[in-house]
Amino acid sequence: MDAAGLGRARASAFVAPALVLIGVFLVFPALWTLYLGVTNWRLTGLAAAEPEFVGLDNYVDALSDDRFLGSLYRTFVFVIGSAIAGQMVLGFIIAWLMRNTTKLIRGLVETLVLIAWILPASVIAWLWLVLLDRRSGTLNAILGTEDTAWLLEYPMQSIIAFNIFNGTAFSMLLFSSALASIPPSQIETAKMSGARTWATLRDVVFPNIRGHILTVLLLVTLWTFNVFAPFLLTGGGPGQETEIFPVLIYRLALQTGELGKGAAFSLIMIIINLAIALIYLRVLRERRQS
Amino acid sequence: MKTHVRRGSIAAALLIPALVLAACGGDDDDSPDNGNGEGQQDGDGGQITLTLSENAIRGGKNTEAAEFIEDWLIPEFEAMKAEEGVDVTVNFEGAGSDDEDYKTAMALDLSTGEGADVLSLDGIWVGEFAQAGYIAPLEEVHPDATSWDGWEQIPEAVQQNMTFDGQLYGIPGGTDGRVIYYNKELFAEAGLPEEWQPTSWEEILEAARALKEIDGVIPIQLNGGVNMGEATTMQGFLPLLVGTGANIWQDDMWLGGSEQVQQVLDLYATIYGEEELGDPLLQQEAAGRDNSFLQFSEGSIGMLLEGDYFWRSVINPTSDLAPMENRDEVVGWAMIPAMEPGAGINGQDFVSMSGGGGHVLNPNTEHPEHAWDLMAFMESPEALMERHADDPRITARTDVNDEIITDEMIRFIADEVLPITAYRPGLEAYPQVSIALQEATEAVVTGMSPADAAAQYQSTLEGIVGAENIAD
Repeated sequence: MDAAGLGRARASAFVAPALVLIGVFLVFPALWTLYLGVTNWRLTGLAAAEPEFVGLDNYVDALSDDRFLGSLYRTFVFVIGSAIAGQMVLGFIIAWLMRNTTKLIRGLVETLVLIAWILPASVIAWLWLVLLDRRSGTLNAILGTEDTAWLLEYPMQSIIAFNIFNGTAFSMLLFSSALASIPPSQIETAKMSGARTWATLRDVVFPNIRGHILTVLLLVTLWTFNVFAPFLLTGGGPGQETEIFPVLIYRLALQTGELGKGAAFSLIMIIINLAIALIYLRVLRERRQS
Repeated sequence: MKTHVRRGSIAAALLIPALVLAACGGDDDDSPDNGNGEGQQDGDGGQITLTLSENAIRGGKNTEAAEFIEDWLIPEFEAMKAEEGVDVTVNFEGAGSDDEDYKTAMALDLSTGEGADVLSLDGIWVGEFAQAGYIAPLEEVHPDATSWDGWEQIPEAVQQNMTFDGQLYGIPGGTDGRVIYYNKELFAEAGLPEEWQPTSWEEILEAARALKEIDGVIPIQLNGGVNMGEATTMQGFLPLLVGTGANIWQDDMWLGGSEQVQQVLDLYATIYGEEELGDPLLQQEAAGRDNSFLQFSEGSIGMLLEGDYFWRSVINPTSDLAPMENRDEVVGWAMIPAMEPGAGINGQDFVSMSGGGGHVLNPNTEHPEHAWDLMAFMESPEALMERHADDPRITARTDVNDEIITDEMIRFIADEVLPITAYRPGLEAYPQVSIALQEATEAVVTGMSPADAAAQYQSTLEGIVGAENIAD
């Protein structure tokens, strides 16, 4: 099994740098987070100088804490709404519609979608604040809905729309290339046998790009689960209505200074991330084998 | 088959950074030990670099302070040091963020053993920073500081702002007081007197109801909610609470969800409830406080409770936040009345709250002597006169105050408000209690009954300080 003929020692030397990097940037922080999560460490005060061991209290608190459970639920809504229903579906629709349009329109649309993706989240957030502003916002001016505080009255909807705007490009790009890989003959055949759009999608397109759909689904889910940018729009408020998981951790750890609890919550988040990633890797492997 | 494999590896390549980021994200929140700032570097030839941090930035928050530091203080100080034969360079690290964010940044800096040599802190943070070991008593960091000639000019009460557990941690920068500002033009329109001084909460409400009749005017801005941060506690909840005769901390006990707390929350309910004498949404906006400033300056808010900071730095015609060209003609001020005459703490008719910040030395500074000189120079009569010539405030020094307070408003604070004012407890738990109070006001502003909000506050407070430390 030593196809490259390196030998154990040299092979180890080759992977060592990578392992060191993974150790320093992945394993150590995770273990450190594990340690911090069982202390009552705070940003300031006595518990900052001499944190005490509190065992699993932080985790027990988390599971019985309405704020934690509420945040988990909101994250779920946010991921379903903005990643799956939003970015994926919209990304596919754009890719589908752009298939047969002229080069000019296609280039224009793709550029716009890409710009929304490439611009830093802080810039996009600023644009959205201007758009949704209660007193002189663009949206209120267009709709004639004077004095509607979108970010307060429709907070979750607002950050979902914001995240869709911000992240659709990835799905669109991946679906575009996926659609291009479908043998044209199959689509032509479907057309000639009189299949309507939906039938074509169901019987020809989706079976061909199943793998891509899965890839997009998992990656977009993972990213959206970790996204922090909505904080720039709403700060987690009003109240806790847009307190998705990363925002909850930030507020706990840095705004109220409960670093120990924040670490415990971070670890829970890492575990959820790992679970999604494992599913993803598993699925990939199965696809390769099939 | 082949394409699948390749696509898979591309996707995996995309996935790995995502995982690494997730892990680092978790770590950034928690570990203070990864700061890799180089700190102050001494160049060759004995050059000394000092860093000064303050929540002030040119063209933004506290722009007057930032301009003063960059245009006058630093050049003067460097020249002064050059005369002594020391080559000092001072860097100003300004910020323009919410006070809470600034505090977090300072705590993180100090917890890594880095940070500016001289930094400004709010007085109520001194306790928690000291207990965390982030700052140290002045006489430990720089023993010569005790012999500074400025101390005798700073009254004991003001020194308390930078004192914790009997130890002085820095030089206080002055103090302030809280009043009700009102727009005289709107008052005239509503048929209210131009010279107005309410003597009870009911009279404030009556004025608010009269202002409500004017189209497009928010009668009163009483800070509420968590987004306003300490401004909710300091300009909203606490001045009202002392008006009911109670202190948040008295006789070594914290005040629980008592009758007085409910009375304050009742007033919030009256203002933000059905009558809509205030704008409940404004309290929840991320930039609600700044927007309330803007709306007051544009003449669409009738009354607003604030400190003299508002007069000096917000609606000052030279300010960049919410300048009012006609401030001196249009804006009036009145003392905050107790709930009823004589109902305030110590049987007072009128009440206020005061606080104040100051500068501390970073215990890790490599040049405590020069850093102290910078700090002391900032609080020298010469510097204070220069700083406050056009922007008067109550400084820490009596010798300076006697000369610079010419402004009628600031004089009012010094003469009328300071004698009746109250201070927050400089205890480690205070900032958490403060957040619990903000949450209680937010609950009421968004429709919870005052009784439920008081009960919720009581249980939060028990979690912070323990039931045994709460008075009924």
